[in-house]
Amino acid sequence: MRRRITPATIGLYLLLVLLAVAYLMPAYLTFVTALKFPADISLPQSWEFPKDVNYSSFSEAFALLKGNIANSVILVVAATLLSTVLGSLNGYVFSKWKFPGSEIIFTLFLFGMFIPYQVILIPLFQTLRAMNLYGGLPGLILAHVVYGLPITSLIFRNFYAQIPDSLMESATLDGARFFSIYTRIIFPLSIPGFVVTSLWQFTQIWNEFLWGICLTRHADNPITVGLAQLAGGQAVSWNLPMAGSILAALPVLLIYIVLGRYFIRGLLAGSVKE
Amino acid sequence: MAQVELRDVVKKFGSTQVVHGTNLTIEDNEFIVLVGPSGCGKSTILRMIAGLESVSGGEIRIADKPINEVDPVDRNVAMVFQNYALYPHMTVFDNMAFSLKMAGDSKQEILRKVNEAAEILELSPYLNRKPAELSGGQRQRVAMGRAIVRQPSVFLFDEPLSNLDAQLRTQMRMELKKLHLKMKTTTIYVTHDQVEAMTLADKIVILKDGFIQQVGSPVEVFERPANRFVAGFIGNPPINMLPGVFHREGESSSVTMGALTLPVPEARNLQDNQRVLVGIRPDAIKAGDSVTRFPKEWRFTVDVVVAEILGGQSLLEFTAGKNTMIAELEGRILARQGESMELGFDLNRLLFFDPETELALY
Repeated sequence: MRRRITPATIGLYLLLVLLAVAYLMPAYLTFVTALKFPADISLPQSWEFPKDVNYSSFSEAFALLKGNIANSVILVVAATLLSTVLGSLNGYVFSKWKFPGSEIIFTLFLFGMFIPYQVILIPLFQTLRAMNLYGGLPGLILAHVVYGLPITSLIFRNFYAQIPDSLMESATLDGARFFSIYTRIIFPLSIPGFVVTSLWQFTQIWNEFLWGICLTRHADNPITVGLAQLAGGQAVSWNLPMAGSILAALPVLLIYIVLGRYFIRGLLAGSVKE
Repeated sequence: MAQVELRDVVKKFGSTQVVHGTNLTIEDNEFIVLVGPSGCGKSTILRMIAGLESVSGGEIRIADKPINEVDPVDRNVAMVFQNYALYPHMTVFDNMAFSLKMAGDSKQEILRKVNEAAEILELSPYLNRKPAELSGGQRQRVAMGRAIVRQPSVFLFDEPLSNLDAQLRTQMRMELKKLHLKMKTTTIYVTHDQVEAMTLADKIVILKDGFIQQVGSPVEVFERPANRFVAGFIGNPPINMLPGVFHREGESSSVTMGALTLPVPEARNLQDNQRVLVGIRPDAIKAGDSVTRFPKEWRFTVDVVVAEILGGQSLLEFTAGKNTMIAELEGRILARQGESMELGFDLNRLLFFDPETELALY
């Protein structure tokens, strides 16, 4: 069936195009500025495309941010791995090994999702200091693991709720127990759950700034903090922070392009009967 | 190879009691079917035997050992689930080998046992497939294969055929029966389908609301049901059940249902004018040539309501003395509504029930 083109649809698409342009404007500005030489950057010409393209912005920015990128990679990989594995175990218990009070504990877990980062900053700082973990990556990793558990536990619990209990019972009769059921039956069936939670955690932690700046020393700053410092001086060569932003955004962008369809599929898993 | 014994077994979920002191002995090699409507406790009993549910009271014994506190895996039982519960990420081989791997069998041992089971169930060509690549009947066989590789002393089946279409169900039912004849393992089978119960069982246990209604061979529960519920549950088409009054005059006795009076041939332990429920099996009513084999007093002219032809058999709904009944007749009965027809009633097979207690009166 062909859709009729009415003034309303034209208006709607016009509005959508306008919004898309508005949305992409900062990205465009970032991109063209990154490709300029510092001398060519000025407010009046900020929208113009560079006459001489400066590709070295990227390598210079990378050299400056190398340490921060390494920190972020360690942080993101460790924290994502730990929070998804622990979340998967939590979800397994909350969905398949319910015990008296487990629903209450699960609800309390969920409250964790609604606590803003800022609210617990000071107690978190004190806790990490008391644990002797303040200032380094391990402390930041721990904070992100704990903070990620509510969402990963929730996603895995709902994911595992679709796995029939009879599979567990059959495995029980076959001689498997708590951990062997997990490692041999539940875990191999969890790939979509791991994709969703990993993507979520990866993005959250990679983009996080506040804890990064408050809880780590200079040498252990993640990429978001490094980027801010690049733009923070007196005379800023704006091409560098712009190129740095693009570098910093790349991993998240790439991971969504590669795994995005799994993400949608994972979020929708079980909503439709197969 | 083992006897299973339930002694005063009780199951409570919270404060709700669903199984009320069940006593049952399942002999070695016996094929026993627990049958009843949903919520009757049949699956709960099976799951208690498997160890998937705890026992709230009483004792379950397998091979003369109490197993209430024994881990499911150590009870040496194998179970086939309604949805098969195959491990979707494993091949047919791995599905069947899983319990053996868990038990720590050697590679050669596993290979031998799985191949043997696959041979019996004709699954050998499919050993490398995943469950998703199999048809319903093949999945069902994998589920059975998974049970038999363990060489358990008791097989437990929880409505294993209810996910199959009608044709496949009949076929798998026969295969199950053959399998049992070959393996001779004690089998406890749960179903809500009385046809499965009748065809498979050595012994049927009919349950309702957590109470055993009757235990007996298929013929016994069909011909001599213990109460009205059993009479109604077993048999398809269902038994005709009509209120009536029993009369006794000297040696002869009869029962009157509305305008229909049937002579009662056997001496029954009933009082004159006692109110009863009369049960007449649809297959105890005959038409055509076989009518002539009955004495004159057993023949009645009835009014046809509707006749359904089921290939070689017919179902006839008719009224006799304002009572509507169904007869299951041999051959194709071509009869129109309102036509009269002579039917013979096998009155030796009349059943009587107490309208109050609903217990059978023999």
